[in-house]
Amino acid sequence: MQDSKTTNNEKSSKPLGSLQIPISGGREAFLLHLADNALLLAQRNSEWCGHGPVLEQDIAITNISLDLLGQARNFYHYAAQLTGDGATENTLAYLRSEREFKNCLLVEQPNGDWGQTILRQFLFSHYQYLLYGQLQYSNDEPVAAIAAKALKEVTYHVRWSSEWVIRLGDGTKESHERMLKAIDQLWTFTGELFVPVAYEKETIIGFDLPSLQQPWFEKVSAVLKEATLWSPNFGEAVFMQTGGKQGIHSEHLGYILAELQYLQRAYPGAEW
Amino acid sequence: MLTHDTAFLFQQKIDNEIKIEPKDPMPQAYRKTNIRQISQHAHSEIVGMLPEANWISRAPSLKRKAILLAKVQDEAGHGLYLYAAAETLGIHRDEMINDLHSGTAKYSSIFNYPTLTWADIGAIGWLVDGAAILNQVALCRTSYGPYARALVRICKEESFHQRQGFDALLVLSKGTLQQKEMCQDAINRWWWPSLMMFGPRDSESTNNDQSIKWKIKRKTNDELRQSFVNMAAEQVKVLGMTLPDAALKWNEESKQYNFGEINWEEFWNVVKGKGPCNKQRLEARKKAHEEGTWVREAAIAYAEKKRLFTDTFKKGALEIA
Repeated sequence: MQDSKTTNNEKSSKPLGSLQIPISGGREAFLLHLADNALLLAQRNSEWCGHGPVLEQDIAITNISLDLLGQARNFYHYAAQLTGDGATENTLAYLRSEREFKNCLLVEQPNGDWGQTILRQFLFSHYQYLLYGQLQYSNDEPVAAIAAKALKEVTYHVRWSSEWVIRLGDGTKESHERMLKAIDQLWTFTGELFVPVAYEKETIIGFDLPSLQQPWFEKVSAVLKEATLWSPNFGEAVFMQTGGKQGIHSEHLGYILAELQYLQRAYPGAEW
Repeated sequence: MLTHDTAFLFQQKIDNEIKIEPKDPMPQAYRKTNIRQISQHAHSEIVGMLPEANWISRAPSLKRKAILLAKVQDEAGHGLYLYAAAETLGIHRDEMINDLHSGTAKYSSIFNYPTLTWADIGAIGWLVDGAAILNQVALCRTSYGPYARALVRICKEESFHQRQGFDALLVLSKGTLQQKEMCQDAINRWWWPSLMMFGPRDSESTNNDQSIKWKIKRKTNDELRQSFVNMAAEQVKVLGMTLPDAALKWNEESKQYNFGEINWEEFWNVVKGKGPCNKQRLEARKKAHEEGTWVREAAIAYAEKKRLFTDTFKKGALEIA
């Protein structure tokens, strides 16, 4: 059940539009959005560390958590440089409040069982793969570099989570049912990924976020079909939950931040 | 059963520092002792993930979070290759895990103490990993080949962890008054349990003599404990902190530190399952295992389907040919 990390450089995606449009003022917000997404999913996944269903997978999910944390740090670091005024990766991660976080709702959803964690990773990694696939061509050099590096990691996350979706979907009756339940719980958060908010409209460079939705849907559908989890309902327009990217979150976020930020909040100004 | 001659040849190999390998003949007791020791070590790595993982979600900076996550992940990796090393002696990982869950197998008692503040993470790195390294460096020359080789790799990572732990404490020791207090408090709580990690006194250890003769162990409990005290008594000065032992004093004659008596009553009680977190740690491991049952079953069922499919496909292909 152990996966080896793929090393091939992913430049397979093609740019979807002109990439030379300069980024305007919403750039910091966009960077925070990217960083918050990665941090929140890293935080959630790290809850598994020491509690995984089998040792090899405990290591794998922690590895993914570390990759995402690394991505978050890179984006925060860059955002802090642009923000100036003493901002650091830590002030951005630890000293902003619930309404200032810009992550999508999907990544803050609870781990649930292993199936739900796998599905959340699967849905998000396929999105991240396409997004970074575009961002690597950005004319903003740091963003392009971070995305290109992260894409190698995400390529592995896509493979690992897809394999698990298939294994669990087509495993036992119980695992199949658990996966259906996970889909029922998480599908409603996927729409938000492709609905651009102001800072994405201003700053996503040269391509429309909605244009990623069809390729995402095709990839995800193909895996769900192989996993015997596919239902034609997935293709229908359903009401989707949105708001996270604009700071309107689920009730979960407050608790996540209360834990994550506890020491920085309790001992203001201390070095760690 | 080994004959008298093969038993003699076995001991000769050990005396000549030739490693014992999985397929070599070996006394049953040698096999059993190694299984016990290696699986205990593996369990300690796995249970040891729990007190540290307790602080992953609350790590005070993104850098510390990354370091801690990577560290706990390393422990899982150590567990993995130690289970594999034990498996070369003819026991399956499932069996070892069952023994852990049933309480038949032990793990290091140190992990039955709670991590109460962030400074505990630093103290574990410095003291607990420091004590473990002394044990394990001595074991890198242990007579059983697969264990010795696993330990070489483990020791490299552990010394890295120890430096990171010390560094975390060093930052606290230079921080605010509250951070300094947190640092000293963690040292106070982890010091004595760390000394207990080396096990009972040599005079009371049941496994020492034969294990030394077979070079499963290379140094006695008391020898290792003394080296640890000598090391920590110097390092604590760099932190500007103290060790909680009024009897700790440099002995010019023996060129060692004298130190006070361990609370052996506490030691034996924690070993027997009455420590502050024995129940929670075992429950956490069992819960993870039980909640993972459906996942493991599904993975096996899927692999089986794939195998059947491949077999049928091959058969079909052959028939067509």
